[in-house]
Amino acid sequence: MTEAMAEYRRDTVSSTAKPVPQPPIGMLAELTHRCPLQCPYCSNPIELTRKREELDTDTWRRVFRQAADMGVLQVHLSGGEPAARPDLEALIASCVESGLYSNLITAGVNISRARLDALADAGLDHVQLSVQGATAEVNDRIANLPGAFDKKLAFARNVTDVGLPLTLNSVIHRHNLHQIPDLVELAVELGARRLEIAHAQYYGWALENRAALMPPREQVMEALELVEAARERLKGKLVIDAVVPDYYARLPKPCMNGWGRQSLNVTPAGKVLPCHAAETIPGLEFWNVRDHGLNEIWRDNPAFNAYRGTDWMPDSCQSCDRREIDWGGCRCQALALTGDATQMDPVCELSPYHDEVQVLAIRDAGRDDDFRYRRFAAAPR
Amino acid sequence: MTTSPELQPTDTVRIPRGVRLREDKARGGWVLLAPERVFQLDPIAREVLTRVDGERTIADIVDDLAAAFDAPRERILTDVRAMLLDLMTKNVLEVV
Ligand code: SF4
Ligand code: SF4
Repeated sequence: MTEAMAEYRRDTVSSTAKPVPQPPIGMLAELTHRCPLQCPYCSNPIELTRKREELDTDTWRRVFRQAADMGVLQVHLSGGEPAARPDLEALIASCVESGLYSNLITAGVNISRARLDALADAGLDHVQLSVQGATAEVNDRIANLPGAFDKKLAFARNVTDVGLPLTLNSVIHRHNLHQIPDLVELAVELGARRLEIAHAQYYGWALENRAALMPPREQVMEALELVEAARERLKGKLVIDAVVPDYYARLPKPCMNGWGRQSLNVTPAGKVLPCHAAETIPGLEFWNVRDHGLNEIWRDNPAFNAYRGTDWMPDSCQSCDRREIDWGGCRCQALALTGDATQMDPVCELSPYHDEVQVLAIRDAGRDDDFRYRRFAAAPR
Repeated sequence: MTTSPELQPTDTVRIPRGVRLREDKARGGWVLLAPERVFQLDPIAREVLTRVDGERTIADIVDDLAAAFDAPRERILTDVRAMLLDLMTKNVLEVV
C-alpha cells in the first residue's frame, strides 16, 4: 500500500506549485433546454433553463474559439433540441472556423431537408439521432409525441442521403429493453455507422423516474449478451457502443473518464460543468462563461478541482489499483445514493452502500410507476 | 473476424466523411477524429494517413514510404496493410 502511494505521489506532483491539468478533449455544448420531446430519462436538470436565459450567438462563438485554443478537439452540439436554435448553422460554422469537429445530437423531429442541407453546408461533421424505441408505438409513447418516430425515420434517411455519417442512439430501460435486436436492425437498415445502446443513467429526470424505468436484472444480463453477439456479427459494418446499466454492476463506470479530466459541459445559460449532473452536488460553485474564460474555469474553478485526480478519494480507492481506471466512479451517483459526493461510487463492491443499491434496483424494477414526463415547470418564476 | 475485408495493393482507400485528420497542437502529434472517438496517431500512422488522399493506391503509398524512409518495401506493405485494415474495422477508413 505504501509503495502504491509513493508511486502515485511521484506521478502527480510537478515542479510548479500547482499542477496544470491536461486540456479537455471534448465539450458538450447544451445550446438550449427547449425540446419537442418529453423523455422521462432526459439528462437535463429538473429545473430547465428558459429561452430568455440562453447564451447568445456571439457568446457561443467566443466559447468555441476558447475551447479550440485550449485543446478541445470535438464539440457535441446538444440540448434539449439544438435545432430549436435558429442560429445553429452559424454555430456550426463557428466550430468549423475554429477547427473543431462538430457533432449534432438531435431528436430529429424538427429538421427539414432544407435545414439539414444548410447544416451540412455549414460544415457539420456528424449526426447523432436519438430514437426512444424501435417502433412507432414504443418510441412515441416514451417521447410523449405522436408521429415522432416517422419523422425520425425520414430525418435519418435525409442524413444518409446528404452523405453525413449517422449514429443512432437509444436510451434503454424497462420499456424498450426487449427491442434491442430491433434497434440493431433499424440501425443497419438506416445506414447508421454507429449505434449507441445506452442504458439509462439515473440522474436528473431519470432519477425522478427510476421506479418507472429500472429493468429487472435478468433482462439486463440477457440484453448485454445480445449486444455482444450483434457487435461480433456486425464488425466492420456497424460500430456498437454500449453504456452499461451500472446499478447491477460490481464495478463503477469511469464516469466522464475522471472529473475535470477529458471533457466539460456548457449549459444553455453558460455555466461550465464537469458533467451534466454536477450541479446537483451542494457546495460547488460553477463559473459562467459570461464572467470567465473557458481555460481559466477549467484550470482554476475550485469546483473543477474538487474531485480532480485522486487526492479527494476515500482510503479504499486510494489504495485500489483501479483508482486511475474508474476514478472512483461517479460523484453525482455517490451523492444521489449515499448523500455524500466524496464517497466512492456505491456501485463498487467495496462500498458499504453496495448491497443497498442492489436492493434498491430490485425494488424499483418490481414497481409499476407512471412516467413523469420531462417538462418545463408550470409557472415561470 | 473471419469476414474481415481483404485489401489489395491496387486498392485505393480514403478517410470517409465524418472522420478528420488534423494536428493536435495542444497535446502534440496528430489525431484522427471520428464520432465519439479520437485516435492518437504515432508518427508512422501519421506518415501513412497523410498520404491517404483517395487517389493514390496502397502500392503508390508504399512506394512513397519506401523511398522516403529507405526501408524494405515488403515490410512496409505488410505493416501498412495491417494498419489500414484495422482502421477499416473501426469504420474510420473505406475503400474507394
Ligand atoms: S432526452 Fe428526450 S426530452 Fe431530453 S433533450 Fe433528448 S430528446 Fe429532448
Ligand atoms: S475502490 Fe474506488 S477505485 Fe477501486 S474499484 Fe471501487 S470505486 Fe474504483
